[in-house]
Amino acid sequence: MAKGDVKLLGTWASPFALRVKIALKLKSVDYEYLEENLRGGKSELLIKSNPVHKKIPVLLHGDRPVCESLVIVQYIDEVWTYGQSILPSDPYDRAIARFWAAYVEDKVWLSMRAFMTANDEDARVEAVAKFKEVSVLLEDAFVKSSKGKPFFGGDEIGYVDIAFGAFAGWFKVIEKALNVELFDEATTPNLLAWVVAFLAHPAIEDIIPSTDKLLEFATNVVLPSIKAVAPASQ
Amino acid sequence: MGEGLKVYGFSISPFTRKVLMTLNLKGIKYDYVEEDLNNKSSDLVRYNPVHKATPVLLHKGNPLPESLIIVEYIDETWTDKPLMPVDPYDRAMARFWANFIDTKLVPSIKVAVLKECEEHEHEKKIEEANQWVKTIEDVLGNKKFFGGEKIGYLDIAAIWLVGWVPPMQEAAGWQLINKEKYPNLSAWTEEMLSHVTVKENLPHRDPLYAYYVWRLSGFKPELTPK
Repeated sequence: MAKGDVKLLGTWASPFALRVKIALKLKSVDYEYLEENLRGGKSELLIKSNPVHKKIPVLLHGDRPVCESLVIVQYIDEVWTYGQSILPSDPYDRAIARFWAAYVEDKVWLSMRAFMTANDEDARVEAVAKFKEVSVLLEDAFVKSSKGKPFFGGDEIGYVDIAFGAFAGWFKVIEKALNVELFDEATTPNLLAWVVAFLAHPAIEDIIPSTDKLLEFATNVVLPSIKAVAPASQ
Repeated sequence: MGEGLKVYGFSISPFTRKVLMTLNLKGIKYDYVEEDLNNKSSDLVRYNPVHKATPVLLHKGNPLPESLIIVEYIDETWTDKPLMPVDPYDRAMARFWANFIDTKLVPSIKVAVLKECEEHEHEKKIEEANQWVKTIEDVLGNKKFFGGEKIGYLDIAAIWLVGWVPPMQEAAGWQLINKEKYPNLSAWTEEMLSHVTVKENLPHRDPLYAYYVWRLSGFKPELTPK
């Protein structure tokens, strides 16, 4: 099957674009990366490729666009079928992986935004508590799906690792900037170990932006823009 | 009996109906448990501890929540009469548009038709809803079904348009989705309603109509069924 040209429209700091980069790396797919400068206004290519949401990431495969990071990751897994599978092969395990990825989509980004908009200590404490509610459930999911191995996907990085792990760089930013612990030995010992293993994985360590760079971005770009705009869905 | 197959559902909810319709289209037998969402069964809470919501599928003792995830699971487990397209790009499109329906299309139609906004915003909300309806109208094009010649995954994902929009519009006294403006969707709705399995699996008009009349008079449900 002719694979054709592969292009990815993304932004360097976006965890959603990172999910796609990870998937492409795991499958050893060559692609052209196009950095979208969101402050310069959305490019014509982005608007044309994703007219509904006008958001990155967008995968262009032979000029056909695929949008929504988790849809793209599944697409990549289904097109490039050699080597390691991103989704489990068993239908039930696959469904459970989709469930937890959808849960991450629903809860994790919102709880991270809560950190960004926390103006005082009380708000910070609440943000930590809310994150804990989410991470405790994911800890349980991890134990069940990893079956003693280092990743949600088992021996190798899988769908939920990608969905959740793409935020790992931002976890580090929040921990550093706000002096909080998002994972701990007491309540989420497995996730604590998992973050380390994930960030050290050869497919990840080269492509994840550095904490310092993300922190600078958060301080200079993200926080001012959140303060400037009234709270809205992203 | 499909190997200990059970569905915990709320029959007036499109999410439950998506699952039941999928099972019925495939001719799969199952047991059904109707949940009272004000008094959830211990089974439901045990099988869906994260969301405590319907629908939940129980297969060989393994529970699975989330309607569209359940639909894909059923399709992958009982491979007769496939609902998802075969081509990966078509599959990606089906998933993308199903997500669009749930996150953008349905909420915008509800806001516009049930007027869940300030008076001065209403016209803008109607415009927004029309934009999304036009989008899905174009996705359908002049295909018989979203799935082509046969009902597919996206037709099931769009079932709310067939079963719930008509009584809602009837209660509201006006049609956002009408034949003149949206001939493709109107024709598709007719096709769906003339499909026996689909028709049999939609709730009756009366309770839905009554529900929307109640909503339009300003009441909000304490519990939004999933």
